Amino acid sequence: MIEAAGLTKHYGPTVAVDDLSFTVEAGRVTGFLGPNGAGKSTTMRMILGLDTPNKGRALINGKRYAELKRPLGTVGALLDAKWVHPNRSARSHLRWLAKSNHISVGRVDEVLEMVGLTAVAKRNAGGFSLGMSQRLGLAGALLGDPEVLLFDEPVNGLDPEGIVWIRQFMHRLAADGRTVLVSSHLLSEMAQTAQELIVIGKGKLIAQTSTEQFIKDATEDNVRVRSPHAAKLQELLAGSATVTSDAIDGALVVHGMDPASIGELAAANGVVLHELSPQRGSLEEAFMQLTKESVEYHGA
Amino acid sequence: MDQVTLLAVERIKLFSTRSPWWCTALAMVITIGMAAVIAANTDERFPLSVPVSQGFTNFGMVVLMVMAALAVTTEYRFGTIRSTFLAAPSRVRPLLAKTAVVALLSGAVGEVIAFGSWGIGTLIRPEADMAINSAAEWRNVAGTGLVFALAAVLAVAVGLLVRQTAAAVAVLLVYTLLLENLVGIIPTVGPKVQRWLIGRNSDHFLTAGNQSFITEGTGSDQPFGPWGSLAYYAAVCVGLLVVALVVVKRRDA
Repeated sequence: MIEAAGLTKHYGPTVAVDDLSFTVEAGRVTGFLGPNGAGKSTTMRMILGLDTPNKGRALINGKRYAELKRPLGTVGALLDAKWVHPNRSARSHLRWLAKSNHISVGRVDEVLEMVGLTAVAKRNAGGFSLGMSQRLGLAGALLGDPEVLLFDEPVNGLDPEGIVWIRQFMHRLAADGRTVLVSSHLLSEMAQTAQELIVIGKGKLIAQTSTEQFIKDATEDNVRVRSPHAAKLQELLAGSATVTSDAIDGALVVHGMDPASIGELAAANGVVLHELSPQRGSLEEAFMQLTKESVEYHGA
Repeated sequence: MDQVTLLAVERIKLFSTRSPWWCTALAMVITIGMAAVIAANTDERFPLSVPVSQGFTNFGMVVLMVMAALAVTTEYRFGTIRSTFLAAPSRVRPLLAKTAVVALLSGAVGEVIAFGSWGIGTLIRPEADMAINSAAEWRNVAGTGLVFALAAVLAVAVGLLVRQTAAAVAVLLVYTLLLENLVGIIPTVGPKVQRWLIGRNSDHFLTAGNQSFITEGTGSDQPFGPWGSLAYYAAVCVGLLVVALVVVKRRDA
């Protein structure tokens, strides 16, 4: 379990993380979601003791990272797949990590096998593709068979096959009862990976909820209606629903009324309908709506 | 984590990349090679002696300082310093282990270079007086390893403080090769300051009492005797390492 309590981090006058509190439970994948620059990486670095918070603290299974006896046996982290010496072989890289926490050389070969890098174990990590580097980073995180895992944007730059592979891997880790925290700036990705979401923007907590609940709350249903008697229908609907019109094809978009009621209302008044289709609000739209206020870098 | 384990970790890290091997080989080949060239060109007017054979060891020291600084700055360059701190969150202990491994290697190479330079001289000029038979001569040859080891400590400290390879190498080279010598040309104040510079003190440790046609002897105006100079040199190197460790401990990784 990971607990953050009042985490705050300034870089000069910039507040990167602002009084952030949340908990990450074991046994499921928790998504750490926010736009670029929202403070996700900084928060992860504070959890891992790399950056010192100005205020607040982060505990892993009740302890600060620095207090862990064999840290790699408790926490595995993949913050940046490029954190490898390019002229060191994949196996040597894992060997020194393993040695530092009394992990056997046998385990090095085991994790290489798990991530499918056995064949290239003796090759220098500098020649690895991004996907292979991610796998090596994952192997490093798994070395100590830790209960808690942190991944920072693990699917960034991966091909679809790699994305599916990492996603399944994380599900397996959580199913084993481990605590898995994975960050991303893509809600669509998180919707398929995480059961629980922690959403932040500009360093502040926006929501902590189950993914399902978040999507339900954030997306609003509406109904698209096309009719040759649009003006008449609009009048009929005016009392009980909000009606806007689609900017592209002029179809009516009805908020606050279900398709059945609209159809019945139209039939009772002899209005012909050409289309009556329920729309599900898009996840990305909802996410942008939520984090609009807190996006760090706006496009011009 | 016990310190023995951390030493083993740093040994694996150092020797699983190529640059320490190259630096070590380069330091040995060039220094001993230059000693051979010098020995071959000695004659009755400029006779070969123990101090003459040791005249070029500083070159090897500079190469090993670069190696020591790289052992730190490449960790920052490639982000492995963060993996190091994740594996050993105390930070100070893995860095002490790294310093120890790098200093031991540098010291051992220093001994090889010193005795290698001496040995190649005796091979080339068997008739020269190359017997190491005074305390000063022993200090001149066997003391090289001590100076090299401390120089590596200094380089690790500089690497930790500036974190970038180019900056660390520039600081070390400019100071060791230029600044130390240029300070002496400042009128009046220069020589007074120069006596306290670390390179002057480590040289004094090696060359005091070993006059020859290449070392005119720095003896009389130095603040300390040869061993005092070494202690002073060691205090500065270790002191800078302590400062660097305090900075690293407080700084975000």
